[in-house]
Amino acid sequence: MQSIHVRTKINGQAAEFLCEPRQSLLEVLRDVLRLTGTKEGCNDGNCGACTVEMDGRIVPACLVLGAEAEGADILTIEGIAEGSALHELQNAFLEGAALQCGVCTPGFIVASKALLDSNPDPSEEEIRFWLANNLCRCTGYDKIVRSVQAAAERMQQEATP
Amino acid sequence: MHWIDYYRPSTLEACLEAFAEHGASARALAGGTDLLVQMRAGRLANNVVVDVKAVPELNEIRYEPGIGLTLGAAVPCYRIYGDPTVQREYPALIDSVSMIGGTQIQGRASVGGNLCNASPSADAVPPLIALGATCRVASVAGEREIPAEDFCTAPGTNALGEREVLVSLNLPAPSPDSGACYLRFIPRNEMDIAVAGAGVSVRLANGCFDSGRVALAAVAATPLLVPAAGAALSGQPVGRSAIAAAAAAAKAAARPISDMRGTAEYRSNLCEVLTRRALEKAVERAGGTLG
Ligand SMILES: Cc1cc2nc3c(=O)[nH]c(=O)nc-3n(C[C@H](O)[C@H](O)[C@H](O)COP(=O)(O)OP(=O)(O)OC[C@H]3O[C@@H](n4cnc5c(N)ncnc54)[C@H](O)[C@@H]3O)c2cc1C
Ligand code: FES
Ligand code: FES
Repeated sequence: MQSIHVRTKINGQAAEFLCEPRQSLLEVLRDVLRLTGTKEGCNDGNCGACTVEMDGRIVPACLVLGAEAEGADILTIEGIAEGSALHELQNAFLEGAALQCGVCTPGFIVASKALLDSNPDPSEEEIRFWLANNLCRCTGYDKIVRSVQAAAERMQQEATP
Repeated sequence: MHWIDYYRPSTLEACLEAFAEHGASARALAGGTDLLVQMRAGRLANNVVVDVKAVPELNEIRYEPGIGLTLGAAVPCYRIYGDPTVQREYPALIDSVSMIGGTQIQGRASVGGNLCNASPSADAVPPLIALGATCRVASVAGEREIPAEDFCTAPGTNALGEREVLVSLNLPAPSPDSGACYLRFIPRNEMDIAVAGAGVSVRLANGCFDSGRVALAAVAATPLLVPAAGAALSGQPVGRSAIAAAAAAAKAAARPISDMRGTAEYRSNLCEVLTRRALEKAVERAGGTLG
């Protein structure tokens, strides 16, 4: 019975940790590294609360082993804002009241950021399909979708001088 | 989750040796979207996990014109639907990998894992069967090939021996006058398990169906090839009457159960409708007209 030593990169910074082989990346983030922004909802891949970006793709951290983070590049909700400057998605979610209890929010923000990175001007349908793996028990989704649209619009305005 | 040991071999040889050493106590980890869920639920007794994603042979997408596609067993869905050659040559495969789970699941889930998990409702399996895929299987003792339609043997059980690993899926190169499609029915738009599904392929020649293959999901203990549906197409003029006959054969072959997703009768009817619509789409993709 041996722990595994993992070297990885989290939110742009080199990180290393020891974990049990059975521990998920979600458990490692929350319990070992104390990065508790990433949430646990279902722990079986359905709800998206644990969404993180791993090597440029969003994945459910509950279905990744911590050991699999070796050599990977991971982005969590803690890496979305730049210092105290919130990301436009975070601003838009606040202004659009796209959260109530907030448990789903980190997952929605990380997933939405990945969408806008690859598709800066998504249609409503594209947003809803992209976010189908993220569940929210509070908002009814409309405010989330509208906030993603608002952020996309503002980011495009900022990008075009 | 119970204690496990984790290995990540970086060559096929090392991977096969790990399975030779640990046998039934080892499980392959591809995307983990079935495996980790089942281990956490206490449904599996393995104490070794062999992460197969660093093995080059399980990670490649390679297309050779005239020969076909070699799809590494562990390649995740997003890489498959992001591949321009697969998009052009195997749209039926794209149909299925873009409907498995949602974006996050597609970032992990593989077609090899979908097949090995051997769920009757596995979405990637009917198109593999319809496209005539063969499974390249290896162990330290050597290699063999298994036709995709013979791979799943019962719910959750496949044809692999204890020490064997699925290396890749080999799909023949489609001829220019062929087309294929996978459709499933779920009561919502995404993120659900098929109530029924139909994967089909057709080859046309001189206004007739030269050949056809139809495979169904979620209406038998395993994904089901329906030879009678293919036979109903062969040699018939391309058109609605041959398609109707094939769809009726699919309905007749279905042996569904009733559960919370639908009654057996409903599922049988779905087989007919889905087979018909999938065949119409396959004809369109083959460049044919229904007349
Ligand atoms: C939220 C959610 C939604 C889902 N939606 C769908 C859906 O819409 N349609 C659908 O069909 N499925 C769905 N699934 C099930 C699952 O995602 C798929 O079956 C997926 O394709 C499994 O692939 P994987 O790479 O994650 O396999 P893994 O979980 O890594 O492996 C699955 C099984 O196959 C074995 N295995 C894997 N690779 C090999 C190999 N190379 N050799 C030998 N054995 C191997 C493993 O040991 C394990 O027993 C869903 C799952 C979740 C959690
Ligand atoms: S906690 Fe990972 S998807 Fe729900
Ligand atoms: S805000 Fe409560 S689950 Fe989404």
